[in-house]
Amino acid sequence: MRTIYLDNNATTAVDPLVVEAMMPFLVEHYGNPSSMHEFGGNVANAIEKAREQVASSLGATHPTEIVFTSCGTESDNTAIRSALRSRKSRRRLITTRVEHPAVLTLARHLEREGYDVTYLPVDGNGNLSLNQLEEEMDENVALVSMMAANNETGVIFPVEKAGRIAHEHGALFHTDAVQIMGKLPLDLSSGNIDLLSISGHKIHAPKGIGALYVRRGCRFRPFLLGGHQERGRRGGTENVPGIVALGCAAELSQAHIDEERTRVRALRDRLEKSLLAMPDTRLNGDVDQRLPGTTNISFKNVEGEALLLMLDRKGICASSGSACTSGTLEPSHVLRAMGVPFHFAHGSLRFSLCRMNNDEEVDFVIEALPPIIERLREISLFKD
Amino acid sequence: MAWNYTDLVKQHFFQPNNVGVLDNADGTGKVGSIACGDALKLTIKVDKENDTIEDSRFQTFGCGSAIASSSILTGMIKGKTLEEALKITNQEIAAALGGLPPEKMHCSVMGREALEAAIADYRGEKAGPEEEEDEGRIVCNCFGITEGKIRKVVAENNLRTVEDVTNYTKAGGGCGSCIDEIETILEEFSDARPEQTQEKKKPKSPKLTNLQRIALIQEILDNEVRPILQKDNGDLELVDIDGLAVSIRMVGQCSGCRAAGLTTSWIEDKLREIVDPAISLDVVEEGA
Repeated sequence: MRTIYLDNNATTAVDPLVVEAMMPFLVEHYGNPSSMHEFGGNVANAIEKAREQVASSLGATHPTEIVFTSCGTESDNTAIRSALRSRKSRRRLITTRVEHPAVLTLARHLEREGYDVTYLPVDGNGNLSLNQLEEEMDENVALVSMMAANNETGVIFPVEKAGRIAHEHGALFHTDAVQIMGKLPLDLSSGNIDLLSISGHKIHAPKGIGALYVRRGCRFRPFLLGGHQERGRRGGTENVPGIVALGCAAELSQAHIDEERTRVRALRDRLEKSLLAMPDTRLNGDVDQRLPGTTNISFKNVEGEALLLMLDRKGICASSGSACTSGTLEPSHVLRAMGVPFHFAHGSLRFSLCRMNNDEEVDFVIEALPPIIERLREISLFKD
Repeated sequence: MAWNYTDLVKQHFFQPNNVGVLDNADGTGKVGSIACGDALKLTIKVDKENDTIEDSRFQTFGCGSAIASSSILTGMIKGKTLEEALKITNQEIAAALGGLPPEKMHCSVMGREALEAAIADYRGEKAGPEEEEDEGRIVCNCFGITEGKIRKVVAENNLRTVEDVTNYTKAGGGCGSCIDEIETILEEFSDARPEQTQEKKKPKSPKLTNLQRIALIQEILDNEVRPILQKDNGDLELVDIDGLAVSIRMVGQCSGCRAAGLTTSWIEDKLREIVDPAISLDVVEEGA
């Protein structure tokens, strides 16, 4: 059975060009970049090349603004901890109710450490209000951390404007840009963003590599203490193949970014339109302010895990925000924050497409899904 | 997270038996709610001559294992007398499916509850058994789980941890504010378990970990001993707890008091009575 992979916000296939770029660093070029000999020194050069690739794909002004990490979660933890430690006299953190667990779990932990954390709400379309951020700001806010695009709905937040508001009040600004990277262009030239997290495996690099952008001039405190790697900003021998892969993938993502906004968006729109034509469905998230490849649709009176099992049997990979799939017993915190009614929240389905998907795959899903919904509604005791 | 469902679970999910509603059903049981993420409606047809379940149908809103549990249940009860059907436990429902993942055991509990409700409805009983026992107080507000249900499921499945209780009933799986209460219920059960009472020297408290013992000793000294000493302008300081050996220092009027021996043996008795009969109390000289 063939696999139709429409779960690219969860992870992506490694691009063959990326594999090709990283392989030599698994096999021949295994030297330690910190070594004095040339065998290691050549590896260090490869890291610096990757740093330049990542910096230029983000529009950063200087390669030294990039610190390689092990994943998006490490980047988020590093950024938030660093910001709080460099603004010690301030005891407030502002974030949103719909952040990724990498930020939310840390935020709850910080509350227990005595920080005052504000979680900005979102409206029914998943948008948040900059006025509300403005109202919450005061001289005690150390950091505002706001994702650039939501992983579940794809809704985009106005991070550059939010960064300006944070700066006006002397606070730092961090954004988790894991989902937006490679899908929509980022502009760091305004200087409103101090810290920005990205992850390799969301942009066709392997798992286990991420990066943190640290604006030049922004005070930084390392999270992992150890050797002098990454100019003392992240201890630990570098994941060289991963770093080379991330550099290559970042460059490729910029080369394909127009395709995301045109061809991938068209695929997503066709899939979405066709699924929303079924009765008792709803789109979760703002229609316009969204990532081009993501759609989150709810099917009334159907439970998401059952839906995923049925799709899985057809080889279709997607995800759901239902209770049974969220790892907790409640539906997704994002859908709850948006006030999606229970009849719909348990039956949500997220398809996330990428440049590797094609028309034929979308046709297959459009064909396969309606009978599945019909069957599950037949079994369900809720009918209206 | 992909669940490890057995082939039987998959079979009953992909091709469920007895989906639907019986016309002219003799009993209907409806449990769960859309807010909780799963719900089951079971209708039964009863042969009144010999009190036997002739037929049943289900409708389920829920995950794969909820649908599979409902499907297998309809097969299990067919041809059984009501008394026999009521003896089916949630473990038997899970076992009939070749087992369920621990996080999904609540699906088997839901099946069993729907069956009880359907039979109660047929018999004209208004409420489920937990209400009859007047234990309908809600413990878990997120999922509307009563104390009665938690006690029943803990007893029937010999549950030991809060995680177990959440897996079987969902209680505690939402905001988590009822976890303390679930722990208290579990402690009552663990106190009552026979293996604990078999110990010869049974202290008042169940077996304590080191940390728990230290906390308990401190609590007794702070709440029950020191206030009395303080009334006489005296006091004590806890110096050390090493296993069962407790060292204290008498201060203020208690230091050098002629009745100090009496006081310390009173404190020692108190600790032995509540914490452990093997406690020994040592008084360290002031300044030592």
